[in-house]
Amino acid sequence: MVPWLTLLAFSPLVGVLLLSLVPHERVKLLRCIGIAAALLPLLLALFIYTYVNVGGQGSSLTERYNWIAIPLNIEAIQPYVQSWSFEIDYHLSIGGLSLPLVVMTAIVTAMAAWASLTIKQRVKSYYIWFLLLEVGMLGVFMARDLFLFFLFFEWTLVPMFFLIGIWGFAKREKAANRFLVYNGLGSALLLVAFLILTATAGLSVRGEAGAPLHLVYSGDLEQMIRQLSDAQSFVNTLPGPASSFNPFYLSEAWRTTAFVLLLLAFGIKLPIFPFHTWMLRVHVEAPTPVVMLHSGVLLKMGAYGLIQFGVALLPQSFVSWSTVLAIIGLINIVYGALLAYVQKELRLLLAYSSISHMGFVLLGIAAMNDIGMQGAVLQIVSHGFISALFFLLVGCLLERTGTSRIDELGGLAKRLPFLSAMLLLAGLASLGLPGLSGFMAELLSLLGLYGQLPWAAIVGGLGIILSAVYVLRGVLAITYGPLDMRFAQLKDTRAVEAVPAVILTLAIIVIGVLPAVVTMPVQQGIEHIIHIIQAGR
Amino acid sequence: MNTQLYQPLQGSDLLLMAPELTLVIAVIVMSIVDLLLPRSINRSWIGGMSLIAVLVSLGTVIWTLVDRYQDAIAGHKVGVIELLGGSYRIDDFGLLIKVVLLIGTALVILISIGHIRESDIQHRGEYYYLLLPAVLGGLVLVSSADLITLFVGLELLSISSYLLVAIRKRDRRSTEGAYKYIVLGSTASAFILYGMSFLYGMTGATHLGQIAEALAQNADQFLPLLYLSMLLLLVGFGFKIAAAPFHAWSPDVYEGAPTPIAAFLSVVSKGAVLALLFRLVFHILFGFQYADGLGYLSSAGAFINEDVSLILLSIAALSMIVGTTMALRQVKVKRLLALSGVANAGYLLVPLGLNIFQPTAWYSSNFSTFWYYLIAYAFTTIGAFAVLAMVCRGTEHEELKSFAGLYYRAPWLAVAMTIFVLSLAGIPITAGFFGKLYILLGAVATHALWLAIIMMVTSVISFYVYFGFIRHMFMRDCESVSHLQTAQPQSFELESEVGLESPKGHVGPVSFKRIHVSVASGAVVACSAAAVIILAIFPNELMTWVNTLLSLANDIYAAS
Repeated sequence: MVPWLTLLAFSPLVGVLLLSLVPHERVKLLRCIGIAAALLPLLLALFIYTYVNVGGQGSSLTERYNWIAIPLNIEAIQPYVQSWSFEIDYHLSIGGLSLPLVVMTAIVTAMAAWASLTIKQRVKSYYIWFLLLEVGMLGVFMARDLFLFFLFFEWTLVPMFFLIGIWGFAKREKAANRFLVYNGLGSALLLVAFLILTATAGLSVRGEAGAPLHLVYSGDLEQMIRQLSDAQSFVNTLPGPASSFNPFYLSEAWRTTAFVLLLLAFGIKLPIFPFHTWMLRVHVEAPTPVVMLHSGVLLKMGAYGLIQFGVALLPQSFVSWSTVLAIIGLINIVYGALLAYVQKELRLLLAYSSISHMGFVLLGIAAMNDIGMQGAVLQIVSHGFISALFFLLVGCLLERTGTSRIDELGGLAKRLPFLSAMLLLAGLASLGLPGLSGFMAELLSLLGLYGQLPWAAIVGGLGIILSAVYVLRGVLAITYGPLDMRFAQLKDTRAVEAVPAVILTLAIIVIGVLPAVVTMPVQQGIEHIIHIIQAGR
Repeated sequence: MNTQLYQPLQGSDLLLMAPELTLVIAVIVMSIVDLLLPRSINRSWIGGMSLIAVLVSLGTVIWTLVDRYQDAIAGHKVGVIELLGGSYRIDDFGLLIKVVLLIGTALVILISIGHIRESDIQHRGEYYYLLLPAVLGGLVLVSSADLITLFVGLELLSISSYLLVAIRKRDRRSTEGAYKYIVLGSTASAFILYGMSFLYGMTGATHLGQIAEALAQNADQFLPLLYLSMLLLLVGFGFKIAAAPFHAWSPDVYEGAPTPIAAFLSVVSKGAVLALLFRLVFHILFGFQYADGLGYLSSAGAFINEDVSLILLSIAALSMIVGTTMALRQVKVKRLLALSGVANAGYLLVPLGLNIFQPTAWYSSNFSTFWYYLIAYAFTTIGAFAVLAMVCRGTEHEELKSFAGLYYRAPWLAVAMTIFVLSLAGIPITAGFFGKLYILLGAVATHALWLAIIMMVTSVISFYVYFGFIRHMFMRDCESVSHLQTAQPQSFELESEVGLESPKGHVGPVSFKRIHVSVASGAVVACSAAAVIILAIFPNELMTWVNTLLSLANDIYAAS
């Protein structure tokens, strides 16, 4: 059997290897290799998408190897236990949520690699870090072991730090530090939460009853879900009298702690309202192709983690905290929209709009039902494409005008008709025009939520109107109105720049017209989670 | 218990003490030859000779361990072998720690061979044959089962270290550091002796096994004294391992010491004392009611364990917080690494303090996590010091600035340093990350959640500190610390078609100071970087080995 998933996750390393062999003066060759290396995982991802969806009919690819198995000391429990180990499996799987996200990541990354033609300095190291980042992102969406997920999740910090800190704009180092510390904090809390779950639900017992036991601590997601939903397991057995204590019992206090830590950890990445300041800086200071990845993929890791690891592991906590989640989501939507409205810098407007749109993901999750969850995932994928498209265009704009301030720009539709049209299209997708991807996503989130918390769904609906206001204000101000004399000589997009924009637009339209391309593979993963929730209710 | 006071030393015992004796013989031979040789003869070979001695010693340790491992696999585990009237023990605990100490010393000697020049240190012979007694002290320390032997080992290590710090006679900082080190180090030794005297007073014994046994019977009568003695010991050892709040000496001393010696202090010296503390805490304070093996505590004696555990964990938490926050504004590299050593002492104290006797947990893997973190820390820190030694050679200030633009000057060195920095910060996929992961797992499994959170938050703060190296190496110009002037990523001319422009890929300044990478130092950096990655990816064999060998009941509690 071909290890397709490993090939996919580590295919960018081929590019890294080739790039490191080429001398740094051969800029053109380096760029070709960089782009080709990003196209390779895209081809693999598309192949896997068709393979899973068409060939296997809902079946999912899985790869699993034993990786780390550390024996633990058992002298304190010697007579009862024969062995005890801590295991991390190399476990990749692409079922359910992962499939559309992996494809989205591969597309956005390939387009960003293409858009990286604007990078003029240190091209070799740029593409090396870029591809190393892609390994992390692909791995995050496929890992099914908590610690493997964490490894990929944390690894993305390092290439991002370099990409922001070296190739960013004037205040790049500050932005890189801010990024590092906030995200580091997020992943630190994540690790503690994962360890709480591993130290309790991660325990599995092997061996026959009566004989000495073989205990295994592992971060395996599926097994952990099984343990948590099994009333007879160690995790859910209340400690009896003092003679038969159970150190693996997940008490209510611990469960809540783990939930809060998970929410904070993924919330920082998402980002939720008070923890968003780092991402504003990154949006403004990072080079635009990197922002495409950051806004298009990296922020989505938070939302994905919240569903795949948060909701799936601790459904009861999510159900009982769903009102809080909805309120956080609403704060994000309204706060993001209001601040987006007053921004004078297009990149900041888009950053705040990302905050606003991520609020819909939270609303979809808060619904805790089929439709809401579908909406959340659809929103993740759709916004990934939309913001990538936006920042691709912002990159083209910046290259021409040197500024992306709304008050300095205007009337660009005359000189740059194609660019302006694309910008308008991205804006329409972002405000939720039917037929484009944003519409279905937000509709489903609100629809799902309406059944549970109608008031929240109504306030959330307000957010869609607000988004129309701020998006149109920003985009129209740039494309229409008087043209500044400085920009009278600008030339419209070259074909080489237009291709990625067209591809991203196509993706947005395809999802808008045929949301099933996302929801069909997702359905299976969601059903699983919904089943757990309903069992818990 | 051993009642016979005098045991003649057998020939076979000499074989068991081969690691120590090798070093003793090497020191004697080297010092005599150095004395007799006329001044005109070059002494470079002494470094090589001391390296050989350490490697031979390491070989014998590993040979013994392999032997014991095969016995353990075959089912007949060799227990503790006691020598010299029970005051010296050959056990797996000591042997495993010795591996780390000797590897650390070997790497330090290699750095010294590449780094130490005649112009810097006039007495190169002395330098090398002082390193050997220092590590010999460490070996004695981790093998001793008697307070007297233990103290002899400790002082051998300390006094040799004082001399090594002071060896740059003409350098004022070196003298200042050495002076501080001697004064505070001796004070710490005094604390330790004072604490030991109470232990002796309570139990009438200096042998650890006898002390544990006596305490098990009569601890209730002496509780206040026991606490006093314990606190005095912890203060003393706290100084020696530079744990907060007893860390103030370490930045000054590291700054004054030659770079390889700073590496030695932060790895070998710290590791040896921590291991000793591990033995003391588990043997006397945690285990005093369990002369016959492990078991759960009766409620009567539980509180002293809990108190010791709490005090150790508090010192650990304080060290992490102080070490990382003080490093935030530190620009001098050696001081920064000294503070990083403080924080790491904190991480290493966690497995010491995790109470395995509380009934809420089954966890007892304290030693293997401790050992793994120690060896990961050893490779990482020594690697970082080796890079530092090369980068800061010839610069007066030894500031972070000297790392600026390192990527352009010596790319491979910069890559290696990045690996070390990531490992120190605890970012995958490095040994430092897995070391922290295993320690954290222990903390969470024993329900010490507060500690786990402090550990993680301090390691995030340390991201900022350690990534300072990366900022300088990759993002700064090496002539000035200002931002790269050329880095304006957006070109305003659209016409400059892709690839037609002149190659601007290389922004590095044209004239810069070359970094001389000597073979010895380069080997240290390469080995350490490889070890940091390999330990992370393939820990299974090694950890199985450690786990099979070490048994808390046999190696730490076994009374004679």
